Amino acid sequence: MSTATANQTIGPYWHLIEDPIWADLTRFGAQGERIVLTGTVTDGAAAPVSDAAIEIWQSSPEVSDSFPAFGRCRTDPAGSFRFVTLKPGPVPGPGNAQQAPHVAITILARGLLNGLTTRLYFQDELLNETDPVLSLIENEARRSTLIARKVALDTWHLDIRLQGDAETVFMEI
Amino acid sequence: MTIETAPFRPVTDGSQPANNTPSYGSTLLRHPKQAALRIPHTITEATGPAFTAARFAAIPDLSVMNGRQAQGERIIVRGRVVDESGRAIPHTMIEIWQANAAGRYDHPGDQHDAPLDPNFHGNGRVFTDAEGWYQFISIKPGAYPWRDHYNAWRPNHIHYSLFGDGFAQRLITQMYFPGDPLLALDPIYLSVPDTAARERLIATFDLDITSPEWALGYRFDFVLRGRNATPLESA
Repeated sequence: MSTATANQTIGPYWHLIEDPIWADLTRFGAQGERIVLTGTVTDGAAAPVSDAAIEIWQSSPEVSDSFPAFGRCRTDPAGSFRFVTLKPGPVPGPGNAQQAPHVAITILARGLLNGLTTRLYFQDELLNETDPVLSLIENEARRSTLIARKVALDTWHLDIRLQGDAETVFMEI
Repeated sequence: MTIETAPFRPVTDGSQPANNTPSYGSTLLRHPKQAALRIPHTITEATGPAFTAARFAAIPDLSVMNGRQAQGERIIVRGRVVDESGRAIPHTMIEIWQANAAGRYDHPGDQHDAPLDPNFHGNGRVFTDAEGWYQFISIKPGAYPWRDHYNAWRPNHIHYSLFGDGFAQRLITQMYFPGDPLLALDPIYLSVPDTAARERLIATFDLDITSPEWALGYRFDFVLRGRNATPLESA
């Protein structure tokens, strides 16, 4: 048995493999509640992280020929990203617990030797109160770093802070 | 097709770099200072995206563009993708990107005063076969200077992105070349604490992969995280 290969940073030139249409998870004709996820990534000096790859993965709705359930988007000079996807529903969690609708996020960038993993939850979801992952975070302010704000009828926004005040909760998975 | 939902085994201590690596200056303001929250693997972490060559066209030869040869030393890279239990990971996508032979990326952010090559862009995409084998053709990337510290040079390297079959298996790494004197000076390579884990990032020259009178061959294998024996309770 061997151990997994070591990670190395994605570096500043990963855009060579970028295809901007990957930011639209509905491009293969997926049917469902279309939503927009926007956000920003900032560093410990509150400066925008403008060279990151943001990846999202959701276990609901299920992967299908029309829905890849995975997207990738670059951050722009303002550190902003934007995805179009389908609104996830609840999924099973440990034991009998239901997980609140969520989207898993990986942040890859120069200066990150390992990708950072976090989750996006949706403001005003009742299941957020009992979600088995959110419930692991006792501090209310820390927990709120994972909750995207509804900023338009179909749009949620999440600010991701890599370091410092209001640092986002990142997860070891 | 059965979708596996067993959680992945924990990461082995020392086998992965620390995000706080002061010798690599870009980590300073980008590494989280709070401890990561350890969460149980759920269906979200245990499953992952699937990419097919039908939708994501393979680009198995980086050395030719529009029928014209890129400058540089042609190479063949071949290897296997397995998990920590040694099981092959079939039909998984590998993304590849790299600098040209002169050590310059075809990227607007790269201002190194070395020539671009009109016949080299530097991106590839391949899929493993049923036994986990992959192969691509490229040219050996050049070393290049960067501004991490005075007179800093990155060793020759190729970037890789792998997905495996679960979100927690995502791997972004770099492959290095044997005998490179810059490895001993490179804070990114040296960020991996365990020596054996670090040295596994160096490809092996392989005469069996080498194609006579055409290209040098290198072997490079990937190991993705392995799963626990038992599936999730309720997934």
